[in-house]
Amino acid sequence: MMLQVKQVTMRFGGLTAIKSASLNVKKGAITGLIGPNGAGKTTLFSVASGFLKANEGSIFYKQQDITALAPHRRASLGIARTFQIVQPFAGLSVLENIVVGAFLRHADRADAERLALAVAQRVGLGQDVDRPASGLTVAGRKRLELARALATEPQLLLLDEVLAGLNPSEIRDIIPVIRDIRDSGVTILMIEHVMQAVVSLCDYVYVLAQGEMIAEGTAAEVVDNPRVVEAYLGHGAAARLAANKEKTHA
Amino acid sequence: MYSMSIVVEAILTGMLTGSVYALVALGLTLVYGVLHIINFSHGAMLAAAMFAVLMLNQVFGLDPYVQIPILVPVLFVAGYAIQRFIIGPGSHGKDENILMITLGISIVIENVLLAIFRSDIRSINTDYSFNVFEVGPFIFSQARVFGLIGSVVTAVVLWIFLARSDTGKAIRAVSKEKLGASLVGINVNHVYATTFGIGFACLAIAACLLLPTFYVNPSIGGTFVLVAFTVVVLGGMGSIVGAMMGGLIIGVVESLSGLFLGESLGQIGIFLTFIAVLLFRPAGLFGAKA
Amino acid sequence: MKLKNYLSIIVVVALLAILPMMLQSNVVLNFLIYILIVTLGAQGWNLLGGMAGQNSFGHAAFFGAGAYAISMWQINLGLSAWSGFVVAIAVGALVGWIVRFLSFRAGLRGSYFALVTLAFAEVLRVLANSAQFTGGASGRLLPIETGVQHLQFADRTYFYWFALAMVAIGLVIVRWISLTRFGAHMIAVRENEDAARALGIDVLRTKLRAITISAAMTAVSGCLYVQYFLYIDPTLVFGPKISIEVLLASMVGGLGTVFGPLVGTTALHVLGEAAKLFAGEIPGIDLAVYGCVLIAAICFLPRGLLSLWPTRSASKKAQQPAVETQP
Repeated sequence: MMLQVKQVTMRFGGLTAIKSASLNVKKGAITGLIGPNGAGKTTLFSVASGFLKANEGSIFYKQQDITALAPHRRASLGIARTFQIVQPFAGLSVLENIVVGAFLRHADRADAERLALAVAQRVGLGQDVDRPASGLTVAGRKRLELARALATEPQLLLLDEVLAGLNPSEIRDIIPVIRDIRDSGVTILMIEHVMQAVVSLCDYVYVLAQGEMIAEGTAAEVVDNPRVVEAYLGHGAAARLAANKEKTHA
Repeated sequence: MYSMSIVVEAILTGMLTGSVYALVALGLTLVYGVLHIINFSHGAMLAAAMFAVLMLNQVFGLDPYVQIPILVPVLFVAGYAIQRFIIGPGSHGKDENILMITLGISIVIENVLLAIFRSDIRSINTDYSFNVFEVGPFIFSQARVFGLIGSVVTAVVLWIFLARSDTGKAIRAVSKEKLGASLVGINVNHVYATTFGIGFACLAIAACLLLPTFYVNPSIGGTFVLVAFTVVVLGGMGSIVGAMMGGLIIGVVESLSGLFLGESLGQIGIFLTFIAVLLFRPAGLFGAKA
Repeated sequence: MKLKNYLSIIVVVALLAILPMMLQSNVVLNFLIYILIVTLGAQGWNLLGGMAGQNSFGHAAFFGAGAYAISMWQINLGLSAWSGFVVAIAVGALVGWIVRFLSFRAGLRGSYFALVTLAFAEVLRVLANSAQFTGGASGRLLPIETGVQHLQFADRTYFYWFALAMVAIGLVIVRWISLTRFGAHMIAVRENEDAARALGIDVLRTKLRAITISAAMTAVSGCLYVQYFLYIDPTLVFGPKISIEVLLASMVGGLGTVFGPLVGTTALHVLGEAAKLFAGEIPGIDLAVYGCVLIAAICFLPRGLLSLWPTRSASKKAQQPAVETQP
């Protein structure tokens, strides 16, 4: 078990963003975290990566309690994360951005640059390495986020809506990249809205709605779960859909 | 050590000076609350205003209090123009740039003053500069009491303006939600410039109130900037009430520091308060999180 | 330490070294020495402000700390100038560390940090002003004892070369840092602290290291000042003028670049002298010009004069012939 989130509760003043949420990420798997907007998914990520301190609950990484560990320490232990709102180092080139990540495990600049170049090729940015990071398209920036995180040579990768803002062909292009990352031995936990990607990539899925974990299972199981349907489509939607199905089959 | 009445008098005198500090800080906190920028040129502008009062007094014989209606519009226009035409366009939207630009403006103002007036300390003498009120065992300089009254009146007028007038409401709207305000048709640039102008107008009043009992030389801008910032940070960025309370407290701190540590170290109390507030309670007494 | 990375530095320093031999005028030499001293201070500022992105408005605190350390070491304690030099560097670094540590503990960033540094400089100035053992407001003269062992030189040219050597060391240090991991960390912290954290960078430690080196460099600059002019007083070394000069030089010359401070200081001082020539010896004219230059720089050239100089692309160095291409 790579990552274990145990009964995490996060409160912001009077608002409870996450209530007693738990999830487990198996080593070598791609695990999905889905849920309607505002469910608290990014908040959970922030707790898992150390940017927020939970009011209750704990985070375990490879059986080690990391609940109190600062973000940069978690990164050196092998946890990398991307941000939903992409944050490239605007003044630097694409390569230099990735080099910052590569420096985590390689103190020598030449080594870091070699690694960065290889990573850039892997995510499809090989042609753009000299361009200023601020000049990339949305799709390019997403790849840069990915590349930067990969350059830290993580064992656990937290992807926060890495497909948001991409058109269908861009999504089609990046899915094999993600699969390739898993195949190279990196465990992935991804927040995603794009259901097609969740279904095709994820081995196991957790559903978060209004701060609570309401379902878990394989992608197929979760999609059929009436509670999940209600969370997305509203109260009574599951019953209506079932009734419709009967009518069309009749 | 010191008798009780001396200490009390120091406290009360400190409050009088502090009320004018509060007035100076009022403009600064307003500008921060609305534009979210730290205006470094605030102190230099005050020095310039004080020199203006000095000149008008020496050349035309105008009493400082009489100059208030003259200087307020002048400084308002200056502030409006600076924000609208220099700071706004020049900063390219980045906060660090704004800080640097206001720093640049303060350097220019301060040194132009230096070039014109040299570095001698000047002050003016009016007939009432040395008049006092006697209240029981305490002696208060009249001019300072007028300073207190003037600054409270200004604060109240400002408060009412912000609460009731259309412009005031526009200003409050912009400070809370810039995008929303512009979507309902408020001209944000105009509001920014107006707020900046108001900030400087407060300085005009403060200059007129300060000069009868204060001295001026080109470099006091720097000291006033720090004092004003201390007041604003202590009271809470963006809070008018905070600025008033903060001003009084800082005035007292300075007065007591001067009493117990000696005149030359009087200002250290202020700077140390500044550092202490920033380190331990950056939101100040009344402010929202900065 | 590959030599080719430092080639430009070697060339520039060599050119500057032979400069005094072509000059007859002492006035110009004086001017150049002053430029070198301020450049060193500006290099310190640029490290913190340009590379690490932490703008300081009170670098005079470190300048003055170094200046007072070395002068009190000699005057109050009667010890040698060279050991005082070393002590002054340590004192400067310590003051820098304290300022940053306290500020970081309180989570101060950006404008607040700038203000706190100003406050610290002012506190030190007022303290130096009122304390007896620092000589108080009237300042102090250092006893003239010519000779290398006292870090004073009979011939100005020797002092020029000494100052140049210090600036050269500064240039090398900045260039070296920019190539290492530490340099990349500083830039990452400048651009985006959260992203930096997510990539494993210890932001506090990076900032502390940056300010310690920065403060030490500026403290050396303060020492040079005192050893050359042989006079110290609180407003001169702790006052806003120095803080502004080192900040301006870096902004005008080129934030975060190696040669920025040198270019910026030279440009500013030449401009200042030109202004004085045209307008006469009016006090404050040079600083007023500096203020205008700062505003103009922000409005039109935010990355400084050196942004006009074309740069080599970084990846040319990294491209190895044996890179496999993805199918």
